[in-house]
Amino acid sequence: MVIARAQKRNTTKKMLPRFFQYLVLSITTLIVLVPIVIMVFGALKTRGEMFSHPYTPPIPAHWENFATILKAPSFWLMLRNSLIVMVGSTGGVLIVCSLASFIFARMQFRGKDLAFNFLTLGLMFPITVAIMPVYLVIRQMNLIDSFLAVILVQTAFGISQNILILRGFFTSIPMELQDASYIDGCSPFGFFWRIMLPLARPALAAIGALTMIVSWNDLLTPLVLLNSEKLWTLPLGTMQFQGQYSSDLALTAAFVTLTALPAILFYLFFERQIVSGLTAGALKG
Amino acid sequence: MNISQVLKSPFRWPWRINISRRVQDRLAIFLFLLPSFVIFLLFIIYPIIRAAYFSMFNWNGMGPATIFVGVNNFKQILTDHVFIKSIENCLLIVVLSLAVQLPLAMMLAIMVGRELPGRAFFRAVFFMPYVLSEVITAIIWLGLFSADPERGFINALLILIPGVQAQNFLGDINQVMGCIFIVLTWKYFGLHMLLYMAGLQNIPREIEEAAMIDGANRWQTVRRVTIPLLGSTIRTTILLSVLGSLTQFNLVWIMTRGGPVNASEVMSTYMYRYAFIRFQLGYGSAVALVILAVCLIFSIMYLRLSRQPDYLGGV
Repeated sequence: MVIARAQKRNTTKKMLPRFFQYLVLSITTLIVLVPIVIMVFGALKTRGEMFSHPYTPPIPAHWENFATILKAPSFWLMLRNSLIVMVGSTGGVLIVCSLASFIFARMQFRGKDLAFNFLTLGLMFPITVAIMPVYLVIRQMNLIDSFLAVILVQTAFGISQNILILRGFFTSIPMELQDASYIDGCSPFGFFWRIMLPLARPALAAIGALTMIVSWNDLLTPLVLLNSEKLWTLPLGTMQFQGQYSSDLALTAAFVTLTALPAILFYLFFERQIVSGLTAGALKG
Repeated sequence: MNISQVLKSPFRWPWRINISRRVQDRLAIFLFLLPSFVIFLLFIIYPIIRAAYFSMFNWNGMGPATIFVGVNNFKQILTDHVFIKSIENCLLIVVLSLAVQLPLAMMLAIMVGRELPGRAFFRAVFFMPYVLSEVITAIIWLGLFSADPERGFINALLILIPGVQAQNFLGDINQVMGCIFIVLTWKYFGLHMLLYMAGLQNIPREIEEAAMIDGANRWQTVRRVTIPLLGSTIRTTILLSVLGSLTQFNLVWIMTRGGPVNASEVMSTYMYRYAFIRFQLGYGSAVALVILAVCLIFSIMYLRLSRQPDYLGGV
């Protein structure tokens, strides 16, 4: 009896904070989701409906805006451009960073710490700071208006952070494996290729997923380095589209929804990789 | 490795047998570090050196830079009241981020805690804005902040309150920075919350339970045990947040272009305007160097002050 009453008191004591917790979290959820939902609602309305009742759910839904955009060749061109840049940058980051991180995690040589600190200098300033100097050099190299320029610059600015993350993962792979493979006559190259890379697959997936998002969302690099419209990536195109069709809110909303969709789907599928990449970067090192 | 293994192996280095282990190692070190060093030097270090050179010229980007002006560009930047305003705005975002955004993120992380049912759902939702590009974020909020209640949801809500007028949020010099800060918080609090949640995961539950058994209440436990143990995560989020605030460009550029009358100018929009709109590349280079110096001074000070050197990930 006494125990039961104590338990009851305990549960009510627990219930109240629980209720409060869920209240705060629900309000935050609303604040996060309402802007996105309003945009998606807008995308499903006609231009007229957008003016007459802008915030109500779109019933019945009009898919014409999406059709208009999906029919425009420029949308598919921008999608393709974004994909090219994203694949290039992600590949570049994965190759360059896994090679370097392997050396920093596994080899001994004079000046190693110095070399590592040098390559992680990039952590101290984001790409925004250096875009102007980078522009001067890309221009000097005659690479303006090429995907290669965007890919190289995005790769360069991915180096510091990703070397740091990957080195942590590589260091955690047991040293005994290396000794064993060397005794079996494996070269450092063979060890890297056949043992390290397969074992580090989750880590590679994590930095790959992160780099893909960063590249996909990057506005400033393509904005500065690409001139001709047929090379524009989606963020650049979205910005221009918004300026051009600012009077047609429904169409803009549809365009924005369509460009947001790949990122959100990607996030829902690869949440684990993205989260582990971000947290590894923040907690290791 | 026996013969059958060698024959089966898909990847064989022809010189493996002839070269000593030591030389192999040297070769690996050299070859593996080469790409990162080349790209890093070519696209980060060299550009900054070039910019340092051009910052001493009055140069519009056409032909070689010939009009040498020494440190005049820097003098002009540091006395330009628009640039001073942009520094003030950046610092305002820094202070607000540290005082509001990070505590908010931490409060939510502690609230979601380790085992609240629905934890994964809240984490997924709160992190979603981080995945959207800044372009999309800016366009969404440009709509929400619209001065016309027929178009801007926030004003539509505001005018429901009796006696409250629709606000011209982004067009009002006193409100525009606050609005930009709200958008930044909306987009980035999820990232910080995620990092705090990961940090919390690393704190053994027993320590908090021990504190509770010793008679600490919930608040005391959080303050005296949880937060100190989150130290390295907190340091990381501070560094991320400050560097992000100092160099914010996309959101501000799309939402306000630094206006109205420079009220929301930040350092990077100032640089972009001079370098890529007015095409004063010499002056723009000097601005870039000043921003770089601000970031470096902060980072170095920060790494000195925080005991362990911890680096950041993300962004």
